[in-house]
Amino acid sequence: MTNSIEELEKADVILVAGSNTTGMHPVIASTIKRAVRSGKTKVVVVDPRKIELVNHAELWLRPKPGTDVAWLNGLMHVIINEDLHAKGYIAERTEGFEDLKQAVSTYSPERVEEISGIPKADLIEAARLYAKAPAASIIYAMGITQHINGTDGVKSVANLAMLCGNVGIEGGGVNPLRGQNNVQGACDMGGLPNVFSGYQPVTSKEVREKMGRAWGVESLPEKPGLTIVEIVDGAVKGDIKAMYIMGENPVVSDPDSHHVRRGLNSLDFLVVQDIFLNRTARLADVVLPACCFAEKDGTFTNTERRVQLVRKAVEPPGDARPDWEILCDLARHMGYPMSYPNASAIFDEIASLTPSYAGMDYARLADGGLQWPCPSKDHPGTKYLHKDGFARGKGLFHGIEWISPAEGTDEKYPFLLTTGRVLYQYHTGTMSRRSVALNERYPECLVEINEEDAERLGIKSGDKIRVSSRRGRIEATASVGDSVDLGTIFIPFHFAEVPVNELTIAALDPIAKIPEFKVCAVRVEMVGEE
Amino acid sequence: MDKDIITLTVHGKDFLGKVQGRKGQTVLEVLRDNHIHVPTLCYHPKMPPYGGCRLCIVEIENMRGLPPSCTTPAVDGMVVHTHTDRVFQVRKSVLELLLAYGDHNCLLCEQTGNCELQDLVYEHGIEKIRFKSDYKSKPLDDSNSMIVRDPNKCVLCGRCVRACLEVQVNGVIDVALRGSDSCISTFNGMSLKDSNCVFCGECVSVCPTGALTFKQARFKGRPWELKKVQTTCTYCGVGCQMELNIKDNEIVKVTSSHEIRGPNVGNLCIKGRFGYDWVKHPDRLKTPLIREEGIFREASWEEALSLIAQRFENIRVKSGPDSIAFFTSARCTNEENYIMSKFARAVIGTNNIDHCARL
Repeated sequence: MTNSIEELEKADVILVAGSNTTGMHPVIASTIKRAVRSGKTKVVVVDPRKIELVNHAELWLRPKPGTDVAWLNGLMHVIINEDLHAKGYIAERTEGFEDLKQAVSTYSPERVEEISGIPKADLIEAARLYAKAPAASIIYAMGITQHINGTDGVKSVANLAMLCGNVGIEGGGVNPLRGQNNVQGACDMGGLPNVFSGYQPVTSKEVREKMGRAWGVESLPEKPGLTIVEIVDGAVKGDIKAMYIMGENPVVSDPDSHHVRRGLNSLDFLVVQDIFLNRTARLADVVLPACCFAEKDGTFTNTERRVQLVRKAVEPPGDARPDWEILCDLARHMGYPMSYPNASAIFDEIASLTPSYAGMDYARLADGGLQWPCPSKDHPGTKYLHKDGFARGKGLFHGIEWISPAEGTDEKYPFLLTTGRVLYQYHTGTMSRRSVALNERYPECLVEINEEDAERLGIKSGDKIRVSSRRGRIEATASVGDSVDLGTIFIPFHFAEVPVNELTIAALDPIAKIPEFKVCAVRVEMVGEE
Repeated sequence: MDKDIITLTVHGKDFLGKVQGRKGQTVLEVLRDNHIHVPTLCYHPKMPPYGGCRLCIVEIENMRGLPPSCTTPAVDGMVVHTHTDRVFQVRKSVLELLLAYGDHNCLLCEQTGNCELQDLVYEHGIEKIRFKSDYKSKPLDDSNSMIVRDPNKCVLCGRCVRACLEVQVNGVIDVALRGSDSCISTFNGMSLKDSNCVFCGECVSVCPTGALTFKQARFKGRPWELKKVQTTCTYCGVGCQMELNIKDNEIVKVTSSHEIRGPNVGNLCIKGRFGYDWVKHPDRLKTPLIREEGIFREASWEEALSLIAQRFENIRVKSGPDSIAFFTSARCTNEENYIMSKFARAVIGTNNIDHCARL
């Protein structure tokens, strides 16, 4: 998030796009609902599903899945046409406006209605609401990013925010909600193939030398590594011989599970370090037992860049150890001296090598945490980014054309499948499915299908149905209602026994390499029919 | 001088003198900011004042009656008496009426030791209840595994109703019926399980008595036996600050508070609040496992780590460092992610490291 969670109560308009906030980030959703209740804030929801926030929204736009760039361009088309853009801000703080203007000029409300199904009048009203607000925030999540043009979707969101002068102000911003406790931190720490901690590029000689000195090695690899999906491809091809998987369950979470299993089975050697023997761990040669969050000290970085302490509360079961201790021990077994007295000492090393974390230590984090960038010990942390300018100087507009999803419907596969999560379960369910309370609320995988489609196919809630795509098929229970639009179905991916990623397509965004989980073509039928 | 500053004269229990507040504050807020004790029951700092319980009544010179301090705006020059005999006797009667219209047996109550009603009754020196009542016991809502609702211990302070509506903005419950039939009810009196409750537990966290309790925690430890450890929730990316309540190396319940600084200002959701039992699940991995002829056998750390070190070294020498790849984790701590990045790059010599940020 460029801005902070508490600032949502200061926004005049919040545009929520591709985020089922009440389900995935319930505490942020409550903040949004309080803002609406106070009378200050209006919410515009853009989502193919009728999510709960729709009940609190001024306006709900329901695009067809995979048409985000089109409706975002449409909003900007209307804003420029009606002269509602922030001309002073654009002149002073941005460049590339003419490119943008040119690109969105063809996205008239009529054309956008044709592409996305959003009625022209609603698009215009949404554009006016967003553009006229003194401070407007955009909240988005995987609904925008999990597409073959996910990067384009994010750039379009940024275009819209800059067009109305909403970046670098309190209550505004471009605010992706991160789905996992420390996905922000894993990125910040260099858990990516192209960067060290703090997004310092591996291609920079200067950075490599700095890290090499600190780590006591003569050289560090300069070629960026492979991303998750490329690693799996590499394993299938035989280029990747060994893998070490810590706290991930790619067999359930990654697209095209069949392909993932084939990749992991092709390895000469697989190590999995986890808290449960999940589906991925079952394929391992060696499994190492790790501590869970309640059994160790450390820090997580939340979606608003806030670094907060994790504190040990209970002893781990059996011989389980914190992940960092295991890795340090393994390093020593490989002849590399790596040891720390505690997690705090590791954090001090991180701070010494990572400019955005440089001012942090455990004592400073103890009360309320700190938001990066926090470059020095006397720096209070950063509530919102880009206040006085963008990292690259001027904010750059990108003129972007909409492209259609990788896979469209046809006679054989007439439904669009979109995947996601539900409030009561979490990711691959390794933890949440072992919780009595959570399973009482949502015990089995439900396929959401529109009531008209269901009636046509003779499907009732509770019926067992089969969903097939070009890659696989699964069986699950139908839930008939109005949460999804005609021609669309929704399936959560929490349930290993209903592995929806057998159906999804491993089509990737060319830049971010994010898979298109939000759109693929499927067929729906009652079990027993062929 | 700041023209928003106001001065009140207070005759308190252990205090006599002038205090300062700001225009727009209530009398109670000024008193609380100055650490002057006034008993309250329906008041909660997370919610707008309600003025329902009449325990925070005070005497204010030149004002009629006994105004509730929680809803009375503070005005410059006010003279406030918080503990006159008249005020004290009314509070005592209010408490006795609450006790008469309910079933408040502390021996049978989970909240003993953490009950605001119990504390207030003690503070007011109540030994017996002067009112006779024909109170008839009402049925419990024990329909789910998370929240037990016992209307017999409810004092109708309305905190749960306001927490649900004003804090979480779900509006699942409200006060129903009139007079002595009044009760907190879901729509049409459904059980919580069948209502549109999403089980955030906010109502339980603000309940001043044992009317709402966390079912998983019942009989697992008295309040004074629990050690609270503040930490960060392990589910989504909001980073809610929570307290794990520990007894005998087990998480008994999860609480939070608006007094803890954090992005959630004391709010939690069902996963953070109730989804912790997997920590003690028997399926947890407890020892390293090595696959031999297709099946896992238990191994020591030394054996497992030596094997990994040897295999990685062989593969690195034979096929190069880029034939090894690492999946680090959005679930683990910063320190662990940093260490894995260091391990991949400095020990093995590859940039093949990624995680599920895109999933």
